[in-house]
Amino acid sequence: MTNPLLRVEHLTMRFGGLVAVNDVSFDAMPRQITAIIGPNGAGKTTVFNCIAGFYRPTVGRLTLNCNGEHYLLERMQGHDIAARARVARTFQNIRLFPKMTVLENLVVAQHNRLMRASGYTVLGLFGWQGYREAEAVAIERAKYWLERTGLVAEADEPAGGLPYGGQRRLEIARAMCTEPVLLCLDEPAAGLNPRESAELNDLLRFIRDEHNCGVLLIEHDMSVVMQISDHIVVLDYGKKIADGDPEAIRNDPAVIRAYLGEPDSDEKGAA
Amino acid sequence: MTLQQRLRDSVLAAFVAAVLALPLLGFETIDTGGPLGIRTRFDYVAWAAVIVFAGRFAFMWLLDWHRDRKIAMAQSADEAEQRDLLTRLGSKADKWLMPLLIAFAIVLPMMPFADRTVIDLGTVVLIYVMLGWGLNIVVGLAGLLDLGYVAFYAVGAYSYALLSLHFGFGFWESLPLAGMFAAIFGIVLGFPVLRLRGDYLAIVTLGFGEIIRIILLNWTDVTQGPNGITGIDRPSFFGFPFTASPPDGQTAFHDLFGLDYTSLHRIIFLYYVILVLALITNLFTMRIRKLPVGRAWEALREDEIACKALGINPTNTKLTAFAIGAMFGGFAGSFFATRQGFISPESFSFIESAVILAIVVLGGMGSQAGIVLAAAFLTLLPELAREFSLYRMLAFGAAMVLIMIWRPQGLLAHREPTIRLAKLKTGSGGSP
Repeated sequence: MTNPLLRVEHLTMRFGGLVAVNDVSFDAMPRQITAIIGPNGAGKTTVFNCIAGFYRPTVGRLTLNCNGEHYLLERMQGHDIAARARVARTFQNIRLFPKMTVLENLVVAQHNRLMRASGYTVLGLFGWQGYREAEAVAIERAKYWLERTGLVAEADEPAGGLPYGGQRRLEIARAMCTEPVLLCLDEPAAGLNPRESAELNDLLRFIRDEHNCGVLLIEHDMSVVMQISDHIVVLDYGKKIADGDPEAIRNDPAVIRAYLGEPDSDEKGAA
Repeated sequence: MTLQQRLRDSVLAAFVAAVLALPLLGFETIDTGGPLGIRTRFDYVAWAAVIVFAGRFAFMWLLDWHRDRKIAMAQSADEAEQRDLLTRLGSKADKWLMPLLIAFAIVLPMMPFADRTVIDLGTVVLIYVMLGWGLNIVVGLAGLLDLGYVAFYAVGAYSYALLSLHFGFGFWESLPLAGMFAAIFGIVLGFPVLRLRGDYLAIVTLGFGEIIRIILLNWTDVTQGPNGITGIDRPSFFGFPFTASPPDGQTAFHDLFGLDYTSLHRIIFLYYVILVLALITNLFTMRIRKLPVGRAWEALREDEIACKALGINPTNTKLTAFAIGAMFGGFAGSFFATRQGFISPESFSFIESAVILAIVVLGGMGSQAGIVLAAAFLTLLPELAREFSLYRMLAFGAAMVLIMIWRPQGLLAHREPTIRLAKLKTGSGGSP
């Protein structure tokens, strides 16, 4: 068996007296789509925020294995996780740079590589050749993802002007421009129509298969989750209640109870 | 609203005014020698009611008229777009307005009307243009609201003054040092305030500006306190002084070129120095916008959390913005010191910071040409309206309020993308 890409061990996150995530452990394999599902308020986004370094977990260990290196994510700064451990993420409520153009959004995502190429600005100021080449490569990469997400025609438009589905796709393209080994998507299908949802499935499969990138996914839309996930982790009230492939999850009594047995779970606020 | 409704509304307002005016205006106490007497003056109450009636009626009418016009404009939205001269100007400002302004600035001293006053005024405008461009890096690009920018201006000015006073440094040697000191102060200020954003940052930077001024005022041993520093070295033309009778072994500027001595030479020279410094600031800003750090500043302004998720270090990015903005403030400061020959803490009060920030906001955040127009407007207006100096701040405030109502995005707000896919015209596709 191969090493897991991400190993989450005994992850616990407390906010004062509230235990948002309680002793959750799971593995995410490379070249697989791992979905985290659960009713609202189950702690899915909290798990994400711990992985991406926005929260520091109260207890637990998060190990990312990338090209033989081990990164202990719980000890790293948020921006370092993206830069060195190469974990990219998207947000539940889209966070683009709305006034910058679509293309600029994708070039900003390659900041660290370009920063080095521009000699930390000094060489770039004088129009150094090496920087111009690096920028051309960055633009090529941006273009590649624009084509993949069908946004080429809007490349020079402000990102804030894109329709909702386009903004969702752009956010994924921007995350992919950082060349991640693990892509974390927080409800990427929220607000998409069935056709856009299907396109998203294709895009995520493509990312998994062609880019050697693990995908970690929070999703409510079961049509997305069941179709594309290789592995599903189910959370409820901060605890893991099931873990397995889609078929096993579909028939798991604990999962069915969590989803159908508690009609008032929607009132507990967003995940 | 029909006429009837409008009348009813106005009568109601007049009634309320009459009720309020009755106790406030209707009675007057008079001194009758003994007890206090009361005189009635109901005519005042009547006048108040009439005035309120007329005012309310006119106001409602204006409101309706404005709404109708707005609806009419919305119907012909395209036409309105065409009509909005400033919007059209804004989108083209950097293409042709800037070269035009630069050309005008270059030929200004050669114009027939350019006497001492005009060139001096031009120099002041250019100082504010440079400060505006410097602050634009911090406020316009990085989105960090800085209300204490004058502190860096002061650091630059005092750096040069002290270096010249104690070590005999000339202007050209001090200039980079003054910029460096100001940049260091920018970093020193930047560190503690990095977690702050928006209003909180504004308050802390405001405090920092005051701290610097108060230190300058009270650290008498070094800064000579409120007396200021006099006898600061005047600039020389790369070693050739602008004096009628130069000290032994030096050639004066007018001798070098075989001209007759006139004090105008120095003023024109100073004008060109600040012009070049300002243009360097502009060029620098234009270039750095297209570099990763410039794009990261703008991204940081838009969304800091998203920046973090992309591996951009917000701390370093903010610090560079602060440091570079401060550096240009420092350059401008040392120019100010050499031009005046005398500096005191009075020149670096909060109102200067406010004016510089007003220039950036008024010009349209991030718009280079807009800042030039705003700087010219805000520095020339008080000069032209000297007689009304008493009402200057009032007019200033009113102008800002009006601008915020009509053009909250600034005079020439337009963001030019740093790269365009359409312009690259390279082959399509290809794997990363």
